[in-house]
Amino acid sequence: MVFHPGHEELHGVTVVVRGRSGRSWVGRYHERTERGILLLDVAIHDPATAPMDRDSWLERLRKFGIKVDSKHVVIPESEATQIELLQPSQA
Amino acid sequence: MTYHEMMVKPMREEVTRSGVKELRSVAEVDAALGPGEGTVMVFVNSVCGCAAGGARPALALALQHGVRPQHLYTVFAGQDLDATARARSYLADYQPSSPSVALLRDGEVVHFVHRHMIEGRPPAMLAADLIAAFDKYCAAEGVQDSVSGAGD
Repeated sequence: MVFHPGHEELHGVTVVVRGRSGRSWVGRYHERTERGILLLDVAIHDPATAPMDRDSWLERLRKFGIKVDSKHVVIPESEATQIELLQPSQA
Repeated sequence: MTYHEMMVKPMREEVTRSGVKELRSVAEVDAALGPGEGTVMVFVNSVCGCAAGGARPALALALQHGVRPQHLYTVFAGQDLDATARARSYLADYQPSSPSVALLRDGEVVHFVHRHMIEGRPPAMLAADLIAAFDKYCAAEGVQDSVSGAGD
């Protein structure tokens, strides 16, 4: 089901993007551009600096919502290894 | 930038016609949420498609259920900015999200439906989630026939 007719299937949907660098992004998918994947209202996890591991960060985010680190982020295609929907907490 | 009131009036009424009281000022929010007693639902309304196609219809379905929170309130994100910010201050560590639904019991958030839990999901599925939360957290109060909010 396309959430927003006339747009890509993921447009407007909150996704989790895993990067080759180990970083992860959670935000609203807007579109793919020539520069990469554009996400809006994005939370960012960098394992080098984050106070918790990725799984704990995602679980906290599922429960308490997305704390926006950046209003928009463009993730190069070469960096993005996986895009998936943010699934509800299993707790 | 807020939308013209004429455009959002139907969006407000879609919620308030289910018996939900709209909170449009900081004072109204404080009067409603300040006491922190009983079960309270706060529906954060929005102009977006998630609200129109999902959250508002789901709310209408859920509020037909026999068990409901004692108090039903709504704020309009993007329209009533101060009221919405004030309402969110009562929601502890939960991040701003719209549309969204918070269920509080004695001032504590016991259930929260974030925007990402609403996106692309049909109203019946969303309503089922709300009904399950109502049954879990509101049944003890026996609020089937004594809902306050609108008209308070």
